[in-house]
Amino acid sequence: MFEGLTWKVGGAQGEGIDSTGDIFATALNRRGHYIFSYRHFMSLIKGGHTHFKTRVCSHMIGYHGDDLDILIAFDQTTIDYNWHELKEDAVLIYDSSKLKEPHIPKDKPNIHLCPVPVTDMAKEVGNVIMKNMVACGVSAAVVGLEPDAFDRLIEERFGSKGDRVVDNNKRAIRIGYDYAANRFSTLKTLPDPAPEADGGGHLYISGNEAVSMGALFAGCRFLAAYPITPATEIMYWALANWPKYGGTVVQAEDEIAACIMAIGANYAGTRAMTSTSGPGFSLMQEAIGLAGVSETPLVVVDVMRGGPGTGLPTKTEQSDLNELLYGSHGDIPRIVLTPSTVEECVYFTMEAFNLAEKYQCPVILATDLFLGMSKQSVGVTDIDPDKIPIDRGQVLSDEQLANMEKRTFARYRVTDSGISPRTIPGQKNGMFTALSNEHGEGSPVEIEDPETRIRMMDKRMKKLSDFDLGEQSWEYDGPEATDVTLVGFGSTAAQIKEAQMALQRKGMRAGRLTVKVVKPFPDEPVRKVLQGAEKIVVVENNASGQFADLLKQRVGYHAKISNCLKYSGDPFTVKEILDHCEQLKGVMV
Amino acid sequence: MATVKDFRVKEKPTWCPGCGDFAVLAALQKACANLGLEPEEVVLVTGIGCSGKLVQHFGSYGFHTLHGRSLPSAQGVKLANKDLTVIAAGGDGDGYGIGMGHFVHAVRRNVDMTYIVMDNHIYGLTTGQMSPTSRRGFISKTSPQGSVEEPVRAVETAIANGISFAAQAFSGDVKHMETLFEQAISHKGFALVNVFSPCVTFNKVNTYNWFRDMLINLDEENDYDPTDRQKALDTMYEKSGMVYGVLYENPRPTFEENILGASETAKAKLDIHMPTAEKNEILAGFR
Repeated sequence: MFEGLTWKVGGAQGEGIDSTGDIFATALNRRGHYIFSYRHFMSLIKGGHTHFKTRVCSHMIGYHGDDLDILIAFDQTTIDYNWHELKEDAVLIYDSSKLKEPHIPKDKPNIHLCPVPVTDMAKEVGNVIMKNMVACGVSAAVVGLEPDAFDRLIEERFGSKGDRVVDNNKRAIRIGYDYAANRFSTLKTLPDPAPEADGGGHLYISGNEAVSMGALFAGCRFLAAYPITPATEIMYWALANWPKYGGTVVQAEDEIAACIMAIGANYAGTRAMTSTSGPGFSLMQEAIGLAGVSETPLVVVDVMRGGPGTGLPTKTEQSDLNELLYGSHGDIPRIVLTPSTVEECVYFTMEAFNLAEKYQCPVILATDLFLGMSKQSVGVTDIDPDKIPIDRGQVLSDEQLANMEKRTFARYRVTDSGISPRTIPGQKNGMFTALSNEHGEGSPVEIEDPETRIRMMDKRMKKLSDFDLGEQSWEYDGPEATDVTLVGFGSTAAQIKEAQMALQRKGMRAGRLTVKVVKPFPDEPVRKVLQGAEKIVVVENNASGQFADLLKQRVGYHAKISNCLKYSGDPFTVKEILDHCEQLKGVMV
Repeated sequence: MATVKDFRVKEKPTWCPGCGDFAVLAALQKACANLGLEPEEVVLVTGIGCSGKLVQHFGSYGFHTLHGRSLPSAQGVKLANKDLTVIAAGGDGDGYGIGMGHFVHAVRRNVDMTYIVMDNHIYGLTTGQMSPTSRRGFISKTSPQGSVEEPVRAVETAIANGISFAAQAFSGDVKHMETLFEQAISHKGFALVNVFSPCVTFNKVNTYNWFRDMLINLDEENDYDPTDRQKALDTMYEKSGMVYGVLYENPRPTFEENILGASETAKAKLDIHMPTAEKNEILAGFR
């Protein structure tokens, strides 16, 4: 039922599970396969259970698959934890140096058991850490991959550590390969590779990297942030790539400072952002209001994780939605973007900076751990770096200011659109005071008189009245009339798409809708596409159905909506969505 | 060249007659003019409170931000455009209460900017509650039996954390304050000027006369060496903080000179359009 080959390596945190997975997946991506990799990890450094799963396909995918063809277990916990996911005919490779008598459940007798003394073989090469490379070699043999597929990658990764390290890694791969090739033969086959036109591999990129790159392309040159899982990789990529272009990353003392620094930098004319996750996003609420009332552009990225409080720091969730929409006291105009793919992470981030400067308001871009931290293959032509040209909005030129009577510039002048042309500090005759207090059009002092208050609030709140990102805001696929339409926002798009295909294979009229701009909400198109749905299943990663509530508020259809919720911390499986549909009376044929 | 008039606006302050903040406004306007600054090259960023209203009466670019958040805003401004002269200002509640976390880190970071704290030992705009600098026993609306907390030692904290310039001023001596502001603004690095700026309406204890009786002018002490860190700390402890003048100077490289991505051209003036070929090269790095 599910396409592609799925492979997973698991063990205790700190054992190098991630690097094993990364080497294996990167090598396959370079070979032209389309990869999706998901990391399962815990908020600790040593111990616990961690695993890295990769799905290999011949076309682009956004999800690591429900089940598992190959599992490499460095310990018993990995077998216990992942047993349910194994297919009936899966391959279980386990470290027989450590697991002399592994406990293997009896319910799947056709699983191929492949004991490999991974640790002993690694020690033979000189270092127990080499077991990662041994495991890659074993995997290669089991899927019929030539062992030199890893050579160039190893040279790149370890070249700086000297020839000996490179040779030892290559040797570890071959030892693993030879051992498995002699004993198990090829037990699974890889889907055909689909390399790029030049014969090379695809882009292998995460949502976080895509956001950080999109920001660089958009001209963002200042990121202030506080380290927080799962958003920190945005800082890492920026630190590695922005300085060449004059971009700086400041690790702020907390998220309050981070957000306010970004506001200060935007005020001073540099495109600036902050990135965070739930707990940090909560701390930023007052600052988001400051950007709103002072009409200062601001881009905030929220990579959602399990809440509330400290919640599930290393698990995925979409439970910040209400805060994205309504957080911060008082009324402000705001835009909330929820990209659903890695490509959209690039484009929406670039768009976010344009929107923030056009509308002079906070723009919040929300992803989640699943989209942010999972690395996947994207076709090289699927990301067009020039797709969103930079547009800095209404900034008065030095000439325009020179032609104005001295000190008559009114920063918050009431206009038809509500948007007032701004100036940048340093510009002559453009001076103004930005205020978080209520204020008038041009005076530097705060005001409290009702008439001005109403006029200025109305001015700000009408700024987004013409906002329309058109077909970027939503995506519908399916017939006009459906038995069921699956609806979600952000990262759930991939599993929803696979579930829709499964429903269609069963002969159902199934549609799918992904909303990518949740504020201002694309009311009319969403109302229209959902009109013909018999049932609406709203798929979202939270406990209270925040997106379903939004849908009811914006477009209605209360009686047709059913909540398909998941808040365990893991992304949806396709089966969970299908099971939900199955339970809906009258939906299944 | 700009004169002191250019740093004035027509809107009149709403401070109580006699408020120490009038002196701060006048001294800052004079200091900027004396230094030959142009108003459009200056950004004044303030927090919330009576002190925060300083920005509403100062004729430069300004940002009246949130309570306690003048420092992160101001650092963002300076890092975005290092060619600007950036001054942050607020009160003792704003800076040493709600904003204390930012204060310590701004000191450590050493962005080239000036921070003026109008310290009146009380919350004025909310009509008289104890503040972080209120002394033990200080009676206010929220400390009816007298404050039972130790006053915060912000300047000592700043010195302990490596501040590069620390001074104290007094609203009863505007001329002196003016020279301190000039030194602070000229200093390359994070410069703190803690100004004793009495609240004439709600603080009947720490009055002009009270400060005048207590304060010692360090700039008139011949043997005081502001580069001696231990001496600065000892002096603050021995005199219970009741000194003014330049307390401590510790020139060191600024944050913006040392960070990754530092460039000759201010960030706000960079051409942010990247050639397609370079963007494609970055994309290829993911293959």
